[in-house]
Amino acid sequence: MNNQPYTMLDPTAERSPIVRARLAPPESLDGATIGVFSISKERSDEFLDRVAARLGERGHKVLRFRKPTYTKPSPEPILQDIVAHCDVVVEGLAD
Amino acid sequence: MEFTVIVKRECETCQMVVPVLEILRQRHGLTLYCQDDPSFPEALGGARDDTALEQSWRLGVEAVPTLIRLEKGAEHARIHGWDRAAWRQITGIADLGAELPAFRPGCGSRSVEPGMPERLALRYGGLHFASRVIEVSEDEDPIEVAYDRGWSDGLPITPPTALRVARMLAGTSRRADEVIGLIPPNLAECTVEKAAINAVMAGCRPEYFPVVLAAIEAALKPEFSMHGLLATLGFAGPVLVVNGPITTRIGMNSAGNALGQGNRANSTIGRALQLLIRNVGGGIPQEIDRAVLGNPGKVGFCFPEDESDPDWTPLNVARGAAPGSNTVTLFHGDGMQGVIAWMSAGPQSLTKSLAMALAAVTHPKLCHWGGAILVLSPDHYAVYRKAGLGRRADIEGMLWEALKRPGRELVRGAHGVDEGIDPALAEQMVDKFHPGNLLVVRAGGLGGGMSGIIGGWAAMRNRSEVQIVSKEIGS
Repeated sequence: MNNQPYTMLDPTAERSPIVRARLAPPESLDGATIGVFSISKERSDEFLDRVAARLGERGHKVLRFRKPTYTKPSPEPILQDIVAHCDVVVEGLAD
Repeated sequence: MEFTVIVKRECETCQMVVPVLEILRQRHGLTLYCQDDPSFPEALGGARDDTALEQSWRLGVEAVPTLIRLEKGAEHARIHGWDRAAWRQITGIADLGAELPAFRPGCGSRSVEPGMPERLALRYGGLHFASRVIEVSEDEDPIEVAYDRGWSDGLPITPPTALRVARMLAGTSRRADEVIGLIPPNLAECTVEKAAINAVMAGCRPEYFPVVLAAIEAALKPEFSMHGLLATLGFAGPVLVVNGPITTRIGMNSAGNALGQGNRANSTIGRALQLLIRNVGGGIPQEIDRAVLGNPGKVGFCFPEDESDPDWTPLNVARGAAPGSNTVTLFHGDGMQGVIAWMSAGPQSLTKSLAMALAAVTHPKLCHWGGAILVLSPDHYAVYRKAGLGRRADIEGMLWEALKRPGRELVRGAHGVDEGIDPALAEQMVDKFHPGNLLVVRAGGLGGGMSGIIGGWAAMRNRSEVQIVSKEIGS
């Protein structure tokens, strides 16, 4: 126990956390374009293909996206593409 | 012309030059500072008190006595120790010190004793940090403050005081404000200063710091995929293998219990990298770190290779580094699985034993997934050496052949086990690992026919995305 007042240097990146409110989900999916985003994990296509087909059967416009590898963050242009063209997105994470 | 001289009583050369100082004071102006006892020298009525070493630090004194000639307040010449000819030249007093020997070296200045330059730089304003200062009140325990702020991996940290960080920075020639790169997962900018703070917290000594810096740079190579390694569901964390003479110089342990506890360098260098990823990168378990179980090595996993046998090609040299160079190699390691093979008298039997254990990495029926480090013990190495097969290429080649298995034994469903390789490979002999993903590293103590297997991250199956990396250790 150190009883002398002293100081320490901050080991963190000193970023103030900016908590952004989530967008409210749309009231209805009528007319919405739905993105289906794969992180390129093996076998995720089996699940996402099915999700996309079911959404298509319900008359939704579905766009597919895929980042090159699940081992790294998505390249920015793919995320911008999703933002530009979709109203909601389904992301297939993990196994 | 005037003179400043810095002395200390405990220096015999300083005591010897007192008569010279008397003459100097009579002929010219003399400002005399004493580092340890201002009553010295009594013959001159004492000196100005520099026991706080402020003047010594400001003047950059390295040894005592130091003689500085000033003209209009500016330094024109300096000499340390006693050198009769040089003192005569600088002072212009032709017969100075005729009764003294021609030459007598001085003593080290108190201002350059270990750790003192950083202390003085902080005290007298020569050192500034960019990092935010966290005040700890008298009532608080700094270690508890660190816990409360989320800086710890669960173990106590060494509080990163400015003095400790300054001393850590003295372990490198790199500038504190140099940016090393962006630390995942938050891609936050990391300076040498932030690395030093986290190295202090991990318990590193300053001489380990170049290894820490090289490890950070290795981890940031895109092909290492540090982001994915941090975020994975899998067990793995970075495993650091250090090669080169630096391992001996900083006292790392490659002998008994090399993968265990008890050696400061082994225990803290890997921890520094992991603390940095936590604190600068924001990689927190159960947040971005999605590990299902993790492994104890995620606190920090670092060990050196035993390079004591000149016939053995060290790992870094095998991977392309110059012989004798200092290198850190980063592997995505799951943890350690031991393999005991006491009875193997010859290399064929031993190789099969090791291969059987290596085949279990990730899953016995999966191939080309996680890689592995085989930590080959001295006793097992001796089995190969005695048979004349002790070269790295011999051992790696035998293991590689022994790790080929018939695909039909491994396909999905074989042996009633759903897990397995693609049925299309049923008629082929299948390698266990991708080429380059099995590392053989020598370490350990004598007396046991046992070696260690550090299984690798399952994502190593994506060779183009996830690769083992090496980085030369700088200064």
